[in-house]
Amino acid sequence: MNVLELKERVVATPVWRSIFRHRYLDSNRNRALTVFSNVFLHIHPVKVPEKSLRLRHTMCLGGLSFALFLALTVTGVLLMFYYRPAIPQAYRDMKELEFVVTSGALLRNLHRWAAHAMVLFVFLHMARVFYSGAYRPPREFNWVVGVLLLILSLLLSYTGYLLPWDQLAFWAITVGTNMAEAAPLIGPKFKFLLLGGNVIGENALVRFYVLHCVVLPLAAAVLLAVHFWRVRKDGGVRPL
Amino acid sequence: MDSQRIEAAGSGRRRFLWFTGLGALGTAGAGGAAVMLDFVHPKVLFEPPSSFRVGRPESFPVNSVTADYARKVYLVRTEVGFFALSAVCTHLGCITRHVEEEGAIFCPCHGSKFAVDGSLLMGPATRGLRRIAIRLEDGELVVDSELEVEKDAVLRV
Repeated sequence: MNVLELKERVVATPVWRSIFRHRYLDSNRNRALTVFSNVFLHIHPVKVPEKSLRLRHTMCLGGLSFALFLALTVTGVLLMFYYRPAIPQAYRDMKELEFVVTSGALLRNLHRWAAHAMVLFVFLHMARVFYSGAYRPPREFNWVVGVLLLILSLLLSYTGYLLPWDQLAFWAITVGTNMAEAAPLIGPKFKFLLLGGNVIGENALVRFYVLHCVVLPLAAAVLLAVHFWRVRKDGGVRPL
Repeated sequence: MDSQRIEAAGSGRRRFLWFTGLGALGTAGAGGAAVMLDFVHPKVLFEPPSSFRVGRPESFPVNSVTADYARKVYLVRTEVGFFALSAVCTHLGCITRHVEEEGAIFCPCHGSKFAVDGSLLMGPATRGLRRIAIRLEDGELVVDSELEVEKDAVLRV
């Protein structure tokens, strides 16, 4: 039995057929089915004009931002195996990751640099969309979603800053939360709730940790889905 | 919701149920939001007390500035008496530092400069250091860092 025969037999099994409900004969129908019978592929349009794949239309900046988001998710989850958001464990765990854990320094640096890069690429993506006029109707709502995603990127970056619990982290959050306090009316209350108290201590560390690892990434994931879906619905890149 | 159809239904049963349902959902939503807000509001804080003893008056020489960076306070004794300054910079909350040779107080974060009486010498801060409450209790000086007092308040001993 050669490989092709084996493939034919596997593809014909009920198990295979239950997962992939169509054949792979090269027809328009099957090409379409491949995309929209798959939860991951269906975010993409069934057909993409060849012109819109030209690199210079988008410079792939949005895609790079998303790739960095995925890299940050993977490295972040791995870092969570060793990190405890408590005082003084947080700082020690960061040191342990840096100097003791195998690949810990690599993971931590990947996470840090990918975070810097993501903020940079999100900005560049926004600039590209602006300069190529891609925010104009019918895409104006997706621009708004993009602005929310930019804010989430910055908040993710900011909340991650406190977690190493070193001097840089402490004073950066001191300065940042005092800026938030300057907001009219809700400022002082917002700062109190954000820190879970009047000083940057254990409560603040746990709050920033939960925001950084759960709340903000989930919000970003939901908005990313909306963002990509709107790109698909609005027809992706069509040179104007 | 198809508002035109509701409009067409007029003031009948459908309209009543629509507003009752909306009202119930709104009330439940507002209640949930209020409970959520109260949930994230800590009820007990394990923070250092804002009021603390700093020592006996005679242990501070006249015309001296004593810094307690851990508790974020300067105790100043002049010929007239005592006053206390919060060491927290009024710009963005960093801890300032008293430099004896310069006779001034500096912020390491953004470079604000203050005189030892708390007045502002150089920005980016827009006002001087907070003068905070000081009182004599059982022969010891007690400072309350949460209680701001007048800019020229001095405790005569």
